[in-house]
Amino acid sequence: MTESSRRIVIEPVTRVEGHGKVTILLDERHRVREARLHIVEFRGFERFVQGRPYWEVPVLVQRLCGICPVSHHLAASKAMDLIAGVERLTPTAEKIRRLMHMGQIFQSHALHFFHLASPDLLFGFDADPAVRNVLGVAQKHPELARQGVLMRKYGQEVIRATGGKRVHAIVAVPGGVNKSLSAAERDALLADVERMTDWAEAAVGVARDYTLDNLEQIADFGSFTSSHLGLVRADGALELYDGLLRAVDETGQVIFDRLENDRYAEVLAEEVRSWSYMKFPFIRSLGPERGWYRVGPLARLNVCERITTPRAEAARRAFFAALGDPPCQVTMAYHWARMIEVLHAVEAIHELLLDPDITGDELLRSGTRREEAVGVIEAPRGTLFHHYRVDENDQVTMANLIVSTTSNNEPMNRAVRQVAEQHLSGRDRITEGLLNHVEVAIRAYDPCLSCATHALGQMPLAVELRDADGRLLDRRTRG
Amino acid sequence: MNGRLTITVDGRRIEARAGQTILEACQDAGVYVPRLCAHPKLSVYGSCRVCTCLVGGRATAACVQPVQPGMVIENDSDRVLEIRRTIIEMLFVEGNHFCMVCEKSGDCELQALAYRFGITHPRFPYMFPERPIDAGHPELLLDHDRCVLCGRCVRASAELDGKSALGFAGRGLRRRIEADGPRGLAGTDATGDDTIAEVCPVGALLRKGTAYRTPYGRRRYDHEPIGGDIDAPCGEAQEDR
Repeated sequence: MTESSRRIVIEPVTRVEGHGKVTILLDERHRVREARLHIVEFRGFERFVQGRPYWEVPVLVQRLCGICPVSHHLAASKAMDLIAGVERLTPTAEKIRRLMHMGQIFQSHALHFFHLASPDLLFGFDADPAVRNVLGVAQKHPELARQGVLMRKYGQEVIRATGGKRVHAIVAVPGGVNKSLSAAERDALLADVERMTDWAEAAVGVARDYTLDNLEQIADFGSFTSSHLGLVRADGALELYDGLLRAVDETGQVIFDRLENDRYAEVLAEEVRSWSYMKFPFIRSLGPERGWYRVGPLARLNVCERITTPRAEAARRAFFAALGDPPCQVTMAYHWARMIEVLHAVEAIHELLLDPDITGDELLRSGTRREEAVGVIEAPRGTLFHHYRVDENDQVTMANLIVSTTSNNEPMNRAVRQVAEQHLSGRDRITEGLLNHVEVAIRAYDPCLSCATHALGQMPLAVELRDADGRLLDRRTRG
Repeated sequence: MNGRLTITVDGRRIEARAGQTILEACQDAGVYVPRLCAHPKLSVYGSCRVCTCLVGGRATAACVQPVQPGMVIENDSDRVLEIRRTIIEMLFVEGNHFCMVCEKSGDCELQALAYRFGITHPRFPYMFPERPIDAGHPELLLDHDRCVLCGRCVRASAELDGKSALGFAGRGLRRRIEADGPRGLAGTDATGDDTIAEVCPVGALLRKGTAYRTPYGRRRYDHEPIGGDIDAPCGEAQEDR
């Protein structure tokens, strides 16, 4: 650090899932020299699943997270189906898992939009933090807040009906599921599904209006051109549970398409950097400098050609009609894309509940054991890879996970740097509102840094300005 | 004498048969005595001490102590419950018991005892022993991390299956269940049809290919605490485990 440079630390980043911090280094003219998002947790699951019997893994890995355990449960289960030699599940098993997954997408996206992101969108990035929180939303927009709470609850109820519990549910076992829905469970979910669909469509409207009303301000906010990655169906439609890999570059040109999941390592590699526990994945053919990409709702809309459910497809068309042809590179449009997926999830839930297979009793299949398998799923935050090798004694010998947020590591770092340059550079006094701009850019990705941490009014945020000798120049705290 | 006698358990007079253990007599009278090593199909062993009660003020294992006329037994006093709670806590810290991912969760007697005794965490430091998994058998798996050395499997192999697939090896902290032969369970004549996995009170001896097949809400202890089939219920089973 030079004599008069300054270092700003935002620790922890708030209203995200997990623990992270941001450091911003300013030079003597208060210009941003470096800005980084650090992930300060180390989880180590890839190591400690080694030696465990393979059927335990789908249950074990969901302890990675209290927010998206379903995603890890299902991604690992998809891999372990193949380890158990089962290529195709019974219709009931596949639909039960899809239903659970849609419940997860629905609740996770609702949680993020209404509880974590909406205060920034409704009140402004630099509004009074005493108002800019979920209680402020409840006071000023009580109906919206109520819908957010009940939508999340509905998604959790879908998870509970399929897996027995709202958090850390268990339904998938290698080769199938351990239960289907009873008629009573199905009917209880059906009773509310139309109201949830209407609310989801209204949430799309809130996100759309916010995006279009503020497009001038947010078009460049933390935005940049990038490649995008996601799963698609064989016909190119959006697919969240079991699809093929597709990536497009910054111009929308296909980099790879309809790639089988077990070939992911041919096209993706991971780079390790010394200052973060999170790896930096990249597309091999483009190299580490240019090969980074985005995943999650915006990336999924950018790689798919259509959505299979009608209201979400109409919303997708409206999205690109307003923002231009894909790929859309507006970071803040993640929110709108996320709500389109909420609508798709609840439409898919409705279809699945009306399917007679959902109460079927053919739950399991068996096959011939294999040694290696890959399971890929579109988690709420993006493409999630689980890769395992299992020995002849049924014990795991290798595990590699590329978690959604990991893929968004480089984009989030770029967003942090860009917002810091746009809003912090050249200022000798940094306000809480300005620092919140940095967090807003991170929040657009809904990063899950692992366990849930959001607790209104209790989340400490400490920002310190220090000179080159480490002397404290300015300090702001929140919480 | 017709072989009947009377004992007093927690101030209540109970009729028992001569030759019965305290545990058996109490069970017949609808009084639950917690246990791990005791099993109705197996010979008595007295290793886990979870059934400890006070007879005339002296601690004794109810599963091995025969009843005597006029015996005065404490089974539900604060002191007895504290002894048992301490023993259960020690069993937890001595092994590596991760209930949240264990396939026996909801069907595990050790876990169920912890719930019955209201144990949310142990007072003692975890020992985190390094113990291997014997996974070489095609139908069975022995996870030493979860073994409480109750010896049910050793007795079941000999007494019910007519084999000697398992025994004890080592002493003190190194004591462990050992398969009869250098290749672990795979080198024994044990099969998946044997009773050794069925009698295991924890998730140590498991049949492969059966994990997590029972959904939440249908597992043995999801709705009734352990011992609830013997005595009056002592609280609601928790939904989330």
